[in-house]
Amino acid sequence: MIDRLDQVFVLLLHWILGYLPGGWQAPVGVIVSAVCIVFLYPALFALAVLMERKGLGRMQNRYGPNRVGPFGILQPVADGIKSLTKEDIVPLNADALVHFMAPVVLVVAVFMMFAVMPMGRNMVLVNLDASLLFFFAMGATTELSIFMAGWSSRNKYSLLGAMRAVAQMISYEVPLLLSGVVIVMMTGSLSLVKMVEAQDHFTGWFPHWFVFTPWGLAGFVIFAIASTAETNRSPFDLPEGESELVAGYFTEYSGFKFALFFLGEYVEMFAVAGLGTTLFLGGWSAPLSVLAWVPSWIWFFGKVEIWICVFIWLRGTLPRLRQDQLMNFAWKFVLPMCLLNLFVAALWRFMGEGWLRWVVCSVLLVLAYVVMGNAEMRRKHFGPRTYRYAE
Amino acid sequence: MLGEGILKGLAETARNFAGSYVSKDRLTTVQYPEERAPAIEASRVFPFLVYDGADWEAGLRCVACQICEKECPPKCIYIEKSKDKKPDYVGKPQIYPAKFDIDISVCMSCQICVEVCPFEAIKMDTDFELSTDDRFGGLLLDRQELAKSNEYYHNIHPTEAAEVDARLAEEKAKAEVKAKAAADAAAAKAAAAATAGAAGTTPGNPAAAPAAKATEGEPKA
Repeated sequence: MIDRLDQVFVLLLHWILGYLPGGWQAPVGVIVSAVCIVFLYPALFALAVLMERKGLGRMQNRYGPNRVGPFGILQPVADGIKSLTKEDIVPLNADALVHFMAPVVLVVAVFMMFAVMPMGRNMVLVNLDASLLFFFAMGATTELSIFMAGWSSRNKYSLLGAMRAVAQMISYEVPLLLSGVVIVMMTGSLSLVKMVEAQDHFTGWFPHWFVFTPWGLAGFVIFAIASTAETNRSPFDLPEGESELVAGYFTEYSGFKFALFFLGEYVEMFAVAGLGTTLFLGGWSAPLSVLAWVPSWIWFFGKVEIWICVFIWLRGTLPRLRQDQLMNFAWKFVLPMCLLNLFVAALWRFMGEGWLRWVVCSVLLVLAYVVMGNAEMRRKHFGPRTYRYAE
Repeated sequence: MLGEGILKGLAETARNFAGSYVSKDRLTTVQYPEERAPAIEASRVFPFLVYDGADWEAGLRCVACQICEKECPPKCIYIEKSKDKKPDYVGKPQIYPAKFDIDISVCMSCQICVEVCPFEAIKMDTDFELSTDDRFGGLLLDRQELAKSNEYYHNIHPTEAAEVDARLAEEKAKAEVKAKAAADAAAAKAAAAATAGAAGTTPGNPAAAPAAKATEGEPKA
């Protein structure tokens, strides 16, 4: 019974495919799974938007939306209807084709990320051997769409937003990748499915998640920071800083295209949260061995939702960074930490079992964190500005 | 250490998040259509015309002097003078506005009309629920829609209205005293003219003015 529940979606798919002739089974299976993904994540997106608005409201001692339906739970529906019925305005000077393609490219690229995501035991659409690589390739495509949007709008705010977005996303792509590389070094595979299977063991009650090792924790923190920057979430929301750039790269978008950008952004959030879960938090594996009977997909989506809540929490807390702070942080702190983490992971691997590797690796990472944090990220105190005029 | 501030900030927002569910005092939101924030005395939205007494048409303080119309920066006031006259609060016959329109879609709530009005006839309203489905007619208020009683004025701006009433009463008293003095002076002049004959006719006015001042007992400046 429990196994059935765990595999309910897989069994359902097989049951549907059982009615089809052999040659049809593979393509129809892919299409059905893809349609499920395409419907599931927008539904989660609606939930996330509602949670975000309610949660941020509560953090600021407000109620948040509470008018549409009981406790405002139908607010996303109202928002959806509004954005669908709004006029779609394309600026006269815009490059119409690129302007139209940008949100489409974004949404397509973002949904492609889920093709390789293991959402439960045996629940993966395409079990690629290099699925991590595929995921990062698709993640990089979103940068293209953002630049397309900013460039084609022929608006200075859009272009500034797009330039910021590209600079930021390329800078943080590097730590994002390098923090994932640690996991690749440990599991010896680029396949996300293999990575989850590597973490699905228990010592006593406790799981073998990578986040519970020194290099895994460091990688997890770096990944969390870089993924926040990748999804343009606060405090890294410079590309769309409302107070500076109207809406950044999608200033000139309205109606459904705007909704698509919004959707793309949130679904990308789900994607990086899902990847972070898969890499560091054991994917669909249970947090305690006694809870292993709970269906695996509940664990996966639960962990993703918690990750989203942390994103919202961070957004409610932190102010926006300045461009130079953003770049300094990426290149002077996060990247060296990443490289050190690669070294530490290698050390861990070759020191063999025992308590010594825990001590050595932890000390190395904490030392680097403290020293670099003090040396490079120290708050600079500027004195009063002085002017020297020509005599 | 690096990141300490972030943790502190996260704790602060978490405390606010949880606290907003626990104590109602934290929530500052007023649920508008059902609840209302207490009225603020100094608030102002658009001008209205004050009338005294029960009949709005007879009691309008406005004498159609058109100063507000001329001073209005966005030119949103339209006044037409009447042909006949009616007595004002002092009892003096005055012209009244046959037409007094304010286009509140143009009005910028600057209060200049109120500042310049010598008759305390136009004041700022606090009613902000003015939305209408008629974009042109619904936002052009005529004098009946603009006319609001002095009691209403006392309701929305008690301090200011009390001051205005005191000033008006003072002016009225002054005017009465002045009228009385003028009447006295005229009587005295008539008596003097009767006694002095033809000599008193030319300096009549200069003789009357000091007499009026003397009875008032205080310098004008």
